[in-house]
Amino acid sequence: MPLPEHDSYFIQRGPEPGGAGGVGRAFGETIRGLKTTFNRLIEGPDTVQYPEEKIPVYPRFRGRHRLHRFEDTGLEKCVGCSLCAAACPADCIRVVAAENTPDHRVSGGERYAAVYEINMSRCIFCGYCELACPFDAITMGNDFELADYNRSDLIFTKEMLLAEPLERTPLRAEGE
Amino acid sequence: MSSALATNVLPLATTYAVETWWVQVIKGIVIALIGFTLIPAAVTVERKLLGRFQHRYGPNRAGPYGTLQAGADILKLLGKENFRPAASDGFLFYLAPILAVIAAVATFAIIPLGEVVTIFGQPVGLYGIDVGIGPLYLFALGSIAFYGLVLGGFASGSKYSYLGAMRAAAQLISYEVAMGLALVGVIMITGSLSLVDMVEYQQANLWFLVTQPVGFLIFVIAGMAETNRAPFDLVEADSEIVAGYMTEYGGGGFASFYAAEYLNMIVAGAVATTVFLGGWAIPGWSDAPTWIAPFVVIIKTFIFVFFFVWIRATLPRLRYDQLMSFGWKILLPLATLNALITAIVVVAI
Repeated sequence: MPLPEHDSYFIQRGPEPGGAGGVGRAFGETIRGLKTTFNRLIEGPDTVQYPEEKIPVYPRFRGRHRLHRFEDTGLEKCVGCSLCAAACPADCIRVVAAENTPDHRVSGGERYAAVYEINMSRCIFCGYCELACPFDAITMGNDFELADYNRSDLIFTKEMLLAEPLERTPLRAEGE
Repeated sequence: MSSALATNVLPLATTYAVETWWVQVIKGIVIALIGFTLIPAAVTVERKLLGRFQHRYGPNRAGPYGTLQAGADILKLLGKENFRPAASDGFLFYLAPILAVIAAVATFAIIPLGEVVTIFGQPVGLYGIDVGIGPLYLFALGSIAFYGLVLGGFASGSKYSYLGAMRAAAQLISYEVAMGLALVGVIMITGSLSLVDMVEYQQANLWFLVTQPVGFLIFVIAGMAETNRAPFDLVEADSEIVAGYMTEYGGGGFASFYAAEYLNMIVAGAVATTVFLGGWAIPGWSDAPTWIAPFVVIIKTFIFVFFFVWIRATLPRLRYDQLMSFGWKILLPLATLNALITAIVVVAI
């Protein structure tokens, strides 16, 4: 930014310390500071008491994944194409596909995912799996409380991902 | 104290006692326990208040509203290993925290919590001892408390501890004089060094907060420096010298220093209450029941604790040279002037 053309510029400086005026000023500023902190005391805490009190997440929040079924037939949407596993930058999805047979029909397509595992200890919640899926079979849910005592417990199987999640995470309405 | 017996328990000083010796022993234990009860209360009040000043709750998990947090901390500290650095001086290292606690508790003894009352037919003065040299006793034991800090820092064998100890020594000489002179005005008006006499004078007359405002201000500021509290906490400035004299202490030693620090804060508040805020006196209620007196003193003391916490939440730590020049160039002349003017007024009237 070019400076305006003047011969001299006024630079605002703080007052020089010392002297009786300095004492008075320091006293006044102390009172001002005390007033400021006292106002903070009146305002009350801003802290959210987390385990008891949760901030609702937005609808687009990328939490724990969910696998979906067709609502009318109850068949799984996932056809075991492994595109999610290919898109995953953290390499945390493992899919083993198998053929649907007429008397054992699991998914809507030709094949289904016999094994579908997501390792939540590796997942970075980027949502690429959701984007890659051609059938909207996998979406990111709202759950974010995934802590566990064991690493092996963090490998979520297909059954766990298909199951309706426990309604633990409050959700914000659109536009809230 | 004409009704009380004058006994010479301390050398060079007169103490007044109305009780028999075994009442004095029980009273001493009870008052020490009151002091130790007030420490966790002060710690809790400080932590909760500091939290509120910073838009947070402070401890609120242990017990209802976090009231058991201080107790839990004490238990945790006492359960820890009593570690000692190889370079430290064992005897002094363990002596220092004990000295600090003894000095703090002994200072608490002269705080008058009330006048002489009759409990189970025995006359009991609601104070540890009524010494004829009140403020001098206070300053003497305050200096012994600094021995605790200086020895602790010196015996730790650590540079940070040593720096903290040196700062403590320098801070002591910068503030003790101004603090003492701040009380000279009050002493001249009362005509007595006994804290009980000072309270009784204030019951009859105006509080010294009104008649000695400058002395009050100097005493409170110097009290903050005496108790090593922010903004004068450069003895244990955590951002500069880790924790000053208590860097190498853990477990019980640390807990002792911590307890002594908070008891010193309470004592500073209680002395200010006694000398400037009328002790157990309630203005406009001269025939208050005697049992209410200790509660009045404690509530007034906690007003000062609130003020100390408020100051801590507000002001940044002073630089070392700022502290020295503030003590010597501002507080000391001001206190001297205050004492001089009071002397002139007292003589003139």
